[in-house]
Amino acid sequence: MMKLELNITEKENPAVVRYLEYEEPPVQMVELMRYSGIPIDAAKRILANPFAPESEVLLQRIGKVISLSKGQFVYKVGFLSGMLARDEEGFPILPVPQKSENLRKNLRDSEAYVMFAATVGSGIDRLIRRFEISDPSMAVFFQGYGAERAESLCNRFCEEVKQAAEEKGFTMRPRFSPGFGDLPITVQKDFLERLDASRRLGITLGESCLMSPSKSVTAFIGLERKKEPDRDGI
Amino acid sequence: MNILEFLKDNFVILDGGMGTLLQEAGLQPGELPERWNVSHPEEIVRIQKAYFDAGSNVVLANTFGANSLKFEEEELQTLIRAAIANARKAAAESAGIQEKFVALDIGPIGKLLKPYGDYEFEDAVSVYAKTVRIGTEAGADLIFIETMNDSYDTKAALLAAKENSGLPVFVSNAYGSDGKLMTGASPAAMVAMLEGMHADAIGANCSLGPEQLIGVIEEYLEYASVPVLLKPNAGLPRSENGKTVYDVTPPDFAESVEKLLKKGVRITGGCCGTTPEFIKAVSKKAKNLSPLPLTEKNRSLVSSYTHAVEFGGAPILIGERINPTGKKRFQQALREEDMDYILNEALRQQDAGVHVLDVNVGLPEIDEPALLEKVTKELQAVTDLPLQIDTTDTVAMEAALRCYNGKAMVNSVNGKAEVMESVFPLVAKYGGFVVALTLDEDGIPESAEKRVKIAEKIIEKAAEYGIKTKDLIFDPLAMTISADTKAALSTIQAVHSIRTELNVNTSLGVSNVSFGLPSRNIITSTFFALCLEEGLSAAIMNPYSAEMMNVFYAYKALHNMDENCMEYIDYASKLPALQPVAGAVGQGSGAGNGSLKTGSASSGSDAAGGKDALSPLQNAIVRGLKEKAGNLTKEKLQNEKPLEIIQGDVIPALNIVGEDFEKKKVYLPQLLMAAEAAKAAFEEVKAKMGSSEENASSGCPIVIATVHGDIHDIGKNIVKLILENYGFAVSDLGKDVPAQTIAEETVRLHAPLVGLSALMTTTVPAMEETIKLLREKAPWAKVCVGGAVLTKEYADSIGADCYCRDAMETVRYAEELTKNL
Repeated sequence: MMKLELNITEKENPAVVRYLEYEEPPVQMVELMRYSGIPIDAAKRILANPFAPESEVLLQRIGKVISLSKGQFVYKVGFLSGMLARDEEGFPILPVPQKSENLRKNLRDSEAYVMFAATVGSGIDRLIRRFEISDPSMAVFFQGYGAERAESLCNRFCEEVKQAAEEKGFTMRPRFSPGFGDLPITVQKDFLERLDASRRLGITLGESCLMSPSKSVTAFIGLERKKEPDRDGI
Repeated sequence: MNILEFLKDNFVILDGGMGTLLQEAGLQPGELPERWNVSHPEEIVRIQKAYFDAGSNVVLANTFGANSLKFEEEELQTLIRAAIANARKAAAESAGIQEKFVALDIGPIGKLLKPYGDYEFEDAVSVYAKTVRIGTEAGADLIFIETMNDSYDTKAALLAAKENSGLPVFVSNAYGSDGKLMTGASPAAMVAMLEGMHADAIGANCSLGPEQLIGVIEEYLEYASVPVLLKPNAGLPRSENGKTVYDVTPPDFAESVEKLLKKGVRITGGCCGTTPEFIKAVSKKAKNLSPLPLTEKNRSLVSSYTHAVEFGGAPILIGERINPTGKKRFQQALREEDMDYILNEALRQQDAGVHVLDVNVGLPEIDEPALLEKVTKELQAVTDLPLQIDTTDTVAMEAALRCYNGKAMVNSVNGKAEVMESVFPLVAKYGGFVVALTLDEDGIPESAEKRVKIAEKIIEKAAEYGIKTKDLIFDPLAMTISADTKAALSTIQAVHSIRTELNVNTSLGVSNVSFGLPSRNIITSTFFALCLEEGLSAAIMNPYSAEMMNVFYAYKALHNMDENCMEYIDYASKLPALQPVAGAVGQGSGAGNGSLKTGSASSGSDAAGGKDALSPLQNAIVRGLKEKAGNLTKEKLQNEKPLEIIQGDVIPALNIVGEDFEKKKVYLPQLLMAAEAAKAAFEEVKAKMGSSEENASSGCPIVIATVHGDIHDIGKNIVKLILENYGFAVSDLGKDVPAQTIAEETVRLHAPLVGLSALMTTTVPAMEETIKLLREKAPWAKVCVGGAVLTKEYADSIGADCYCRDAMETVRYAEELTKNL
């Protein structure tokens, strides 16, 4: 595994996109169940009483979903990073042209940024499709598992970004994705092209800007200069 | 000299990377490199000349992304012509004395095709076709399709090349570190499809370095009879001071490539990160080697979009159940285009263990070409088993072969000249593994010798179309022994002779042998065993027959085709215990004999679920036990009327779950599991009632669809399932449905309710538009909407009658609305 590096000092060239491939992150059962439509409290209750009759039926199905999905995932990320400049109106200048108030607000105190696309691949979409036909409740779990996998991949990547940023004296803002607030989903086109995502990650865009594979994520992350220790509220 | 002639006795050295060199020359991020053909021709010529100087025989013109999705027609023409001219100029200016060729370079168009994306296969073919025509007219020597990471997209590009140009075509795919394309295809699957479609050379490029591609290339060399090409990256990229550098040096690169040239690779060069220096090193190595002769590998393959299935080793099972012959329920499904039913039949056979699915949708009154194409597309969206296209209608056959994502089996040709002349051209164009029946104008010969003669005739004719014997599988025809007790002996003899004398594969529709006899499975499975012993390669069969599967697994174990008997042991462990199925029968008959309460009292373990006072069937539904619900219903049907079961058990059980869901005591997966269990009960009831007027689908019609532009349909599918459970006749128009289609269907059914779903903010306008059109064309219809982005306020603002947060709310609304109808 190559160590994640950020280009966030003034002189570095932000143009280079990097690609990473991860090992399988551990399964977050509560998240899997939450994405499958089971509220967190109930999921925790089920996991705490795995042999109760209701729990057993659900957990057996989840077990089956996980075993049928073996080998169906990839864990790929493409990203680039750079210092953040602003235009005359104060909008951040990013490799993707946009004028989003919400993004401006999100990146208000950021001096650098990361933009990334992550995907767990198309295998899970095939499984979802297959089980929608033969066993819809299983499809819901596959859907939930795929969402959990994508989330776990993003978390894993962001954890590394956080570490790399900290080494350079930065803290990380929450992720901000196309489609959030007033940042139109249509920026996906430029976003994915900039990362050469079709060729390198297999992420393509449909007419209405939906990504395929469906379990893919794109986002910006703002990086702020670390505040003075005494102002650090945590 | 033509590139193919040159290839016969020589290695072909390709060029190396282009992107990085253009960036070094000043190409900006986001700038389209193809524009440099006109704006910076001198840079392009300089780089390409360096490749020719380094020893390249083929330089790819700078046309990787030159397609009509990126450029307007006029600019596209200009750029491609300029690109070919630049490469020609580079060839002319280079001092190299080797043979030099210029290739039209074609990369992927960057659209994912249906069913996983939203781009039509035929639209992709048209986009590639434009580039092919311009490049061919501009004077390219060959077409080089490369970096394709999806098999369907690769097929579109190759088909476009073959249909619009006579130039040789090389096809190269980009494999991931798992040795597969991004959409799942293995190298063997690509070999099967691409050789079938007559690509002139095939192989891999990009993604990885030469060492990481060894496994992929070895698989190509094992299966491919055409020349294999390799154009790897300079290893893996890493970052150094903000720059991307690759970890393999030119000498190491050349050494790795040399190993693969020695194993049989014919065509080689470099991709990302490689420079003229790399090509020079490779070219030098190649000069000291002589190429291995190209050999016919004689591997009989069919493929899907993920994997290849090989004939000639362990026997191959071809599931026969997608076929309307003698199956009323299946015929009904075809007439109603009930895809779920057909797809379920496919998935059940897959679960039962078949390797290939026969697909026959021929009914006298249907539009077979349209339906076969539709079923083929739908099937390959849910199953990765290769398909056997089974039709006598060659228009339908072409439609299916064209849209098939892989190399299909073709069922069938026979010795009749007319049939061979209509089927073989299709196989020659689209690829295929053809079932050849040993009959001709004079019918089916009785003797084995005459059947062998017909087989020989078919082999000869196929060769005229360039179809190799390895792509034929002979069916010497099983006839029923109830009409002629010698019939099976002739067939068995013919299997033996064709196998041993002609050394080709054989297949049989085995079940014909027992037609007209009682307990047919006994005869059929024994016949199957006898034929396997004579070398039968494949059988078209019923995988739900335990006897047939017993023979299959036992045969493999006995013939040393099952390592450590693992497959057999696994199969045996899943067999039902040999005792009567005590549990199920006991509970079932309890329920059947007595009142609901008796059943409940006798099934203590079920009561442990906490749902007291429920009948066993209700309990099974509430707990989502599909199989049990089906079995219990079957038992009950012996003593109770179908509608009593629906009203007395199924609906009350669903209500319990529905109410629990609304009270948040159970959640979506449980609601769905219950719905599926109820559906299993319905299916039993339906089967019992047949097509009588009591048919369950006579409920109030509701039209549902995911609106135009949106391809998410899981929410809509859930609503459909639950609505059907509550007795509504749902017409599901699918996803990405234009407003016009929804309005037409609503008018046709005079449906009182339309349900629309949208997941994305971007598709809500399409929903609004649909509602407007419905108001105009079907003013009587109420419209309820749902989907992730919607809220009550949003729904009101686009003019919907009701916002339904989940499936149960939709049911409640529908019930409310229809109760007075």
